Amino acid sequence: MTALPPPSAKKLGLVIDLDTCVGCHACVVSCKEWNSQSPLGAPLADLDAYGAAPEGTFLNRVHSFEVTREAGPPVVVHFPKSCLHCEDAPCVTVCPTGASYKRAEDGIVLVNEDICIGCGLCAWACPYGAREMDGAERVMKKCTLCVDRIYNETLPEPDRVPACVKSCPAGARHFGDLGDEDSAVSRLVAEREGFALMPDQGTKPVNRYLPPRPRDALPEFDVLAPYLEPVTEGAGGFLGWLDRTLGKI
Amino acid sequence: MHPAPSLILFTVLSGLGFGLMVWLGFGALVPLGWVGFVFWALAYGLAGGGLLAATFHLGHPERAWRALSQWRTSWLSREGVLSIVTFAVMAPHAAGSVFLDRPLPVLGALGGGLALLTVFSTAMIYAQLRSVPRWHHWTTPAVFMLAALAGGGLLAGQVAAAGPLFALLAVALALHWHMGDRRFAAGPDTAESATGLGRIGKVRLLAPPHTGRNYLLREMVHVVGRKHAARLRLIALAAGAVVPAVLLVALPAGHLLGALAVLLHLAGMLAARWLFFAEAEHVVGLYYGRR
Repeated sequence: MTALPPPSAKKLGLVIDLDTCVGCHACVVSCKEWNSQSPLGAPLADLDAYGAAPEGTFLNRVHSFEVTREAGPPVVVHFPKSCLHCEDAPCVTVCPTGASYKRAEDGIVLVNEDICIGCGLCAWACPYGAREMDGAERVMKKCTLCVDRIYNETLPEPDRVPACVKSCPAGARHFGDLGDEDSAVSRLVAEREGFALMPDQGTKPVNRYLPPRPRDALPEFDVLAPYLEPVTEGAGGFLGWLDRTLGKI
Repeated sequence: MHPAPSLILFTVLSGLGFGLMVWLGFGALVPLGWVGFVFWALAYGLAGGGLLAATFHLGHPERAWRALSQWRTSWLSREGVLSIVTFAVMAPHAAGSVFLDRPLPVLGALGGGLALLTVFSTAMIYAQLRSVPRWHHWTTPAVFMLAALAGGGLLAGQVAAAGPLFALLAVALALHWHMGDRRFAAGPDTAESATGLGRIGKVRLLAPPHTGRNYLLREMVHVVGRKHAARLRLIALAAGAVVPAVLLVALPAGHLLGALAVLLHLAGMLAARWLFFAEAEHVVGLYYGRR
């Protein structure tokens, strides 16, 4: 059913630290790898992989932005983007078949690929570009928050997090319950003033982004400067004579 | 947005077919026998053909029937349900007129109302999308419904009514373009709000996430052919609405003139619908530094 469930108490999601992300794309690759072997759905397609115009389906992509500040040099920010598991998910309500749904128990937004007709309307409705039509299977693909990992009791406990979180070498991705004010991710968001993307779209995303921390500024005075004054003044001996003589010519 | 031929044909043809059904249903014209057959075949053919064209847009057309289930929330589902209900409700009226010389005006009027609702729900598939500011506006259903009513009226030979409707369509198209051109810039979404980095400064894409194309860019950041937009707008406005209106009002009615007006209108609306898609900018373009 594509009607949205009442807001769940549990809101599983990601917190992405834009201060820490180094833009290595490991999360992109591990996401693709995990979701291409998952029994949840068809593998993520690669088209023309060795040809002139390769392209593929990804559930997570890393953009790199340059932010020009009023003072100081511009800042480069690597920006991973995947499904934000919105509370008011427009992709769910537009679905004509009921393939798109939001789980009442933890708020994860999923696609039932077996009944997806591949109309693409949900991808149009998503302002974030979080959904991609699979080039081979012709059904809609999206981040599952690795629902087949996080509840998977056959995996060791530390592995029960989304693949992107597990693989991030910088620790820039955090997974947890954003509906619980005392959870580690909620505290992180509170401490670092985490924000939602495109709040004006009214989608109420669950995922949060942590802003880059202010950069260190160089001190205005320079302790070494006094030692770097020109030292030729008052030179004596041969060099002094040379200096004076050359100055007269 | 990508101007898919299947969607352009769907919206134009089924709009015209359901528009004709509105006029036939409300009894502006009650053709009987063979003449009736031609009119009803045209209405069902255009509306049904358009819907068939829409299924070519699907990744899995064999599952299209599933789209009838979510009418509580989805305009696309409502559109599918309404079109089938319209076909069914209209069928006894059409069959009665054609085969028994016995039109059923009550069912006809009900069907006519449903046909108009179907066109409205088609428009709402697009107008509901907040992510496409140009579409998310009252001019979208206005253009769709006026196009259906004017084109349908023309097909039904309702010259006196179709003329003013074409004039209204021209106004609605012009308003849709004029206001649509300003909607994205006037809206709240910017690269700064999309990334949340506006608190630091001005945001510019430095490196895209991938060097090649992807589904998002192909489908939602379609910028090909927009340079001809101004000329196409003139063609769409003239052929789709202004010239048919002038022909209908200024010249004596006749089948030849009617056919010419229909063809002009059809060509103009195809151009207008191409523009409707090609000119629509999706906010996801903000993440890619283009719209």
